[in-house]
This record gives sequence, structure tokens and C-alpha cells, in this order.
Amino acid sequence: MDGAMILEWVIKSIFLILVMTGGFAYVTLYERKVLARIQVRIGPNRAGPFGVLQPVADGIKLIFKEELVPAKADKLIFTLAPVLTVIPALIITAVVPWGTEVTLFGRTIKLYLADINIAVLYLMAVTSISIYGIALAGWSSNNKYATLGGLRATAQMISYELALGFAMIVPVMMAGSMSLVDIVESQKPVWFVFVQPLAFLIYFIAALAEINRSPFDMPEAEQELTAGYHTEYSGMKFALFFMAEYIKMIAISMIGSSLFLGGYRGPFVDQLPALGPLYLFIKVAIVLFVIIWIRATLPRIRYDRLMQFGWKVLFPLALLNVFVTGVVLILVGG
Amino acid sequence: MTPLQIVFLLVAAITLFSAVMVVSIRGMMHAALFLVLTLMGVAFMFATLGSRFFAIIQILVYIGSIAILIIFAVMLTRNIMDAEVASLNRGWWFFAPLALLIFASIVLVLSSWSAFATLRDLSSTSGENILEFGKALTDPNGFVIPFEVASVLLVAAMVGAVYIAMERRGGRG
Repeated sequence: MDGAMILEWVIKSIFLILVMTGGFAYVTLYERKVLARIQVRIGPNRAGPFGVLQPVADGIKLIFKEELVPAKADKLIFTLAPVLTVIPALIITAVVPWGTEVTLFGRTIKLYLADINIAVLYLMAVTSISIYGIALAGWSSNNKYATLGGLRATAQMISYELALGFAMIVPVMMAGSMSLVDIVESQKPVWFVFVQPLAFLIYFIAALAEINRSPFDMPEAEQELTAGYHTEYSGMKFALFFMAEYIKMIAISMIGSSLFLGGYRGPFVDQLPALGPLYLFIKVAIVLFVIIWIRATLPRIRYDRLMQFGWKVLFPLALLNVFVTGVVLILVGG
Repeated sequence: MTPLQIVFLLVAAITLFSAVMVVSIRGMMHAALFLVLTLMGVAFMFATLGSRFFAIIQILVYIGSIAILIIFAVMLTRNIMDAEVASLNRGWWFFAPLALLIFASIVLVLSSWSAFATLRDLSSTSGENILEFGKALTDPNGFVIPFEVASVLLVAAMVGAVYIAMERRGGRG
């Protein structure tokens, strides 16, 4: 572990954080544009050509908004909650590989931050701690809508985490490794989505519920809960929740692409490793499009239906899928 | 002192402090959050010992599941916040020395162990072999019996929880 290596890690970490926060800004624009097109509108087009400066304008607006803290709110936890929401979202993609390795300035640089042998468990652990921010935001606001939103979010995320975990175990079983680099490499002959379409579907649905996206955006159902757990938040604190939500969208797209859609793999990636990040980017953009498309199309489902679906349909199905995969792997692999 | 030792002492101090805060602070939610900090400190201990697997499992199981359920329960019992509940019960003067005695005897027993004061070099360890660990859990010569007993215990707890939570149909309510 020499100085250059530490420098490389620091640069890669900063790069990752910049990409995720920059990605957040442009995913908001992407979502507004796609939603507008689906609803036969044009979408934001005033700030800059094609509205590319719109996220910057939104950011500046939010900085100048007044920060309000409700009376009798738990001030410390109220301030801590947005931070606790953003950090897991930022660190979760540390184990996702962007490509194999490239040679830059005469130095071989691996295109991933960390290749740990328990990467999938790391993903699960970070997902499970991301509940804290939302639960604490709801509780500390001293507002009944916020508390209800926080409770709903906690119950929903705990329930769908199980199905998500079981869906993530399937690629681990197929690849025989928990490292995401190994999982992506073992998809060289065929992507896991073609072998395990059910696992991918379960992963996708459970991940949507985990990040509280439509049609599972119960924690922030406007008609019932005004804005759910972030009702009392304003200014930059609100922006942090907003940021976490969109970064989580990018993160689950990246993780889903790596687990099931071959990650950075694509034609000619072995000859030209620099293509890896490009392929990953294209796959993430497609998955994000589907997420936005679902939001534009499907209505929100009722809360009891949501819990029933999670526990009575998705969870048994995921368990069965793991069981069948295991039996088939033993019969085939011997 | 190596940098690792300094970090260890710092984390140990934070862990112990938050453990004391869990039992002494008034607000239930704050106590639950200090519990999270304590568990995080333990996870950090595992990480400094070179055991990534147990560090992650500690976070996943204790912080991500058990502490979340505790916080969930605290959120549902809001009124307990204002109640003036004494944090010490009546028998504390008897049990505090007893706890100290047990702690002292554990330290005494451990100090007779030959490796008690030696420092292992952990700089070369890079995670443990998960495959070997998994095999040992299902190996009759390994840990299959404790593993199965633990799972039977959990199933029994789950059946009990379902029984308590179940709505009884027909009269008995």
C-alpha cells in the first residue's frame, strides 16, 4: 500500500461521489423530460439549450430557501436524518465495477473502487441502514403526517428487503462468488437476466419498493400524507432527501445492471476496456427510463395491498426461486 | 503505539460511552440511537480484526434489522417519552457489585490465557475464506448441530410471534 495507491483510491472515491451527485442533478432533468414527453408536453426548456441548466437553477433556488425547523422537533435528529439518508446512497456503489482495467499515464488502473469478497452482503447491509434516515426524519419532525410516513416507509422497506435479498442471492449462486467483479465476469457467455428472468423481475420490483418509487411511493402519498416523512423539511435539508432518492435510483440501476444485465460487459469490451463504463452507462440509462416510464404509467397501490404483495407473493416466490435454482445448479453442476 | 491501536482505543471509548448512555439517557429514541452507535463500534472492532464478513453481518443483522425494529417499536410508543420513569430499579445496589465481580472474574480467567497480552499482526489479513466458513456450518464434524439448534430456536420464536399476533376468529377474541 504505497502513497500512489492511496491517492488513486482517493481520486476514485471523489470521482464516484461527483458522478453520483452530478448524475442526481441530471436524472431529475431526465425524469422531467421523459415524463413530459410521455404526457405530450415539452418539459423544462428555458434554462440553457434544451433545459440543460435547469438542475443548476433548481439547486441555486434551493440554497436560497429558508431552513425551517419545527418547534418541539428533536433538533439533533432532525438535522442528522437527511445526512443519514444521503450517506448510504453515496457509498453503496463503491463495490460496483465500472470496467476491467485501463492504462492511464503508464499506470494500470482498475476501474472499480473496491473488490471485496462479500460485495453482495455489503450491498444488503448498506440498504438496511438506509432505512434510518427516513424513519428518524419522520419521527423527529413532530408532525403526524411525517411520523406516519416514516412508519410506513420503515415497514415497507423492512418487508421488501427480504425479497430483495433473496433476488440478489440468485446471481451469487450462479456465479459462485459474492464479489460483483466475479459476478459480472461470469456473465460473459450469457447475461443472468436470460437465465433468471424471475429473479430479475423480483429484484426490480423489490428495489422500486425499497427506494419508495412509484407505484410503491406510499411513504409520500400526497393525498393522504402531504409529503410523508419530509413534510417538515425545506431548503437544503429537503434537497438532501431529494438527492438521496435520485442517487438511490441510479444505484439500484447500476446494481441491477451488474447483477443481471452483464454490468460493463458488451461487444469488444475485452479488446477495448474503456468501453466498459460506456456500456454500464447505457444500461443504467435504459433501466432509469423504465423506472420513469413505470412512474408515468402505473397508479399508486394501496398500502395493505402493498404489504400483502410483498409478504404473500414476492417473498415466497423469491424463496422458491432460490430453492429451484439451488436444485438445478446441483443437478447440472454436479 | 501504532495508528491502529490509537484508532482502537478511540472506538472502544466511543463504544463504551454509548453503551453507558443506552442505559442512562432518558429519551427512548436517543437510547435506541446510542445502541446503534454501540453496535457500530462492535462492527468496527470486527473490521479492525480483519474480519470483513462479521463486520458486515454485524451491521446487517444488528443495526439493519434488530435496531430498526427497536426504533420502529419506539416510534409506536410515543407517550413513554414524557413519562418520568426511573432509570434505576430498587435492587441496583446489589446487582452493580455483582456485575463488577463477574467482569473481574472474566478478566482474571482471560489473563491466564497465554495469548492475552501478545499483539497479533493483522496487517496481512484481507478478509476470511467465506467458502470454508459456509462448509463448516453444514459439516457434521463442524458446526452443523449448533447451527441447526439455532435455526430451530428461531423457528420456535417465529411460531410464537405469529401465534401471539394472530387474530382469533369466532368469539374468543
